[in-house]
Amino acid sequence: MSIRERMSGNEAVAHAMKQIEPDVMGAFPITPSTEIPQYFSDYIANGKVDTEFVAVESEHSAMSVCMGASAAGARAVTATSSAGLAYMWELLYVVASSRLPVTMAVVNRALTGPININNDHSDSMGARDSGWIQIYAETNQEVYDNFIQGVVIAEKSRLPVMICQDGFITSHGVSNIELIEDEKVKEFAGSYRPENYLLKKENPLAVGPYGVSPYYMEVKRQQAQAMKDSMPVIKKVAEAFREMTGRDHGFFEEYMMDDADVALVIIGSSAGTAKEAVDRLRAENKKVGMIKLRVFRPFPRIPLARAMCKVKAVAIMDKAESFSNSGGPLFNEARNSLYDLSGKPYAVNYIYGLGGRDITVEDFYDIFQDLYVIHYTDDPGDIYRYVGVRDRRFPDAVDFGRESENDIV
Amino acid sequence: MNKTVKKSAAEINERITWQEITTGAEICEGGTSKLVNTGDWRVKVPVFIGEKCKHCMLCVPFCPDSSIPVKDGRRLDFDLMHCKGCGVCVKVCPFGAIDFVKEERK
Repeated sequence: MSIRERMSGNEAVAHAMKQIEPDVMGAFPITPSTEIPQYFSDYIANGKVDTEFVAVESEHSAMSVCMGASAAGARAVTATSSAGLAYMWELLYVVASSRLPVTMAVVNRALTGPININNDHSDSMGARDSGWIQIYAETNQEVYDNFIQGVVIAEKSRLPVMICQDGFITSHGVSNIELIEDEKVKEFAGSYRPENYLLKKENPLAVGPYGVSPYYMEVKRQQAQAMKDSMPVIKKVAEAFREMTGRDHGFFEEYMMDDADVALVIIGSSAGTAKEAVDRLRAENKKVGMIKLRVFRPFPRIPLARAMCKVKAVAIMDKAESFSNSGGPLFNEARNSLYDLSGKPYAVNYIYGLGGRDITVEDFYDIFQDLYVIHYTDDPGDIYRYVGVRDRRFPDAVDFGRESENDIV
Repeated sequence: MNKTVKKSAAEINERITWQEITTGAEICEGGTSKLVNTGDWRVKVPVFIGEKCKHCMLCVPFCPDSSIPVKDGRRLDFDLMHCKGCGVCVKVCPFGAIDFVKEERK
């Protein structure tokens, strides 16, 4: 029988780590992921796990520890956020190109500029081209489930995995959760058994060689293939997980999509708010739907495009700016995936929730309203939009329920 | 599932395809830099003058690479495969037994 508990997303991840009992954790504290290594070091101090915790002086070193440990033949995990992830940048690419299956809990937080500790996806979206698998969660339950699967996916595909959740929203918000029994998790995760590793003395190994021009491109092409090949791995691991728990995790979740006219495509915790908006509009006989993307890397281009083709207009929601002058990262990839299909929907982008800005059920009403306008007028208008930003052209659009005299408008 | 591709350095060359290159660019042996000629960056080259050498061995530990072979307590002529032409050996030799000249390449 599974165990009913209530936990924050951070505790849920730490609990998953405890059940998996990795060989090595190298971690450095940064808000809002700090609690993960904090909980985990409690487990170590209390003798609950036999993991080697390496207390490092920076995230650069945290990822270096994971890289070294993984190459040596150990199962390595870490956790970080925002600037911490940015400080790992150099090593993210090295870990991925060396095909080392490190699993990292990313608690999404805005990148500084201006300094901000709240949630958006700019940190992990910035790392989207580093060669890591990226799996996002809506709820505490999902991030727990994803982390357990993440370790297996990483080792089966020999690629590093980021298990992402929204900072403070799920990381610190306590909610009901169904935990899996320790022995079942242990059996599911197994132990890391690489074929070849640095500490295997019968089989000397050189890791991370200089890849001069005649070799570099072949290594990169092979990495691209590994990302492609991880698609069936992610699917198989999710199937095994469903057999164990009854909980289903696809590349994305379709919510009320079968007869929908218009829909949202969204990542992370805001999908919960979007579902509430969908439910209320459905009660008014409005045929609206939602697609919640779980796996962003590898990008499930073909199935996602097919799902979007069920509707006439989609709003693709980005909790990160690209400063590309053509929309956010999810928008560009999701919209691009539609290009070859006939009967494709209009696709517009909304940048939302930057630096912890709330998005409300009412905001989603407005977006669905916009989508119906696009659908009925056959005119997408400006495809690159913002929601939830104060804009002097629309003085009543954002109401924060406080005096606006201090606002600079 | 991904299959691991394993190879030793001698099996990896510039005709290898991406399907055949080793997983994660790993090489299934150690000390492979011995095989790679990094002696082609030099501008100047040290020249061993055997008759002036007293075999004091001072040059050997000063060489930042592995370019001065030693056998039976005597240094031999330079192994230039990894010599970058830094000239440290020329500076430390007390007997003027190492000349340092512009390298002519044919």
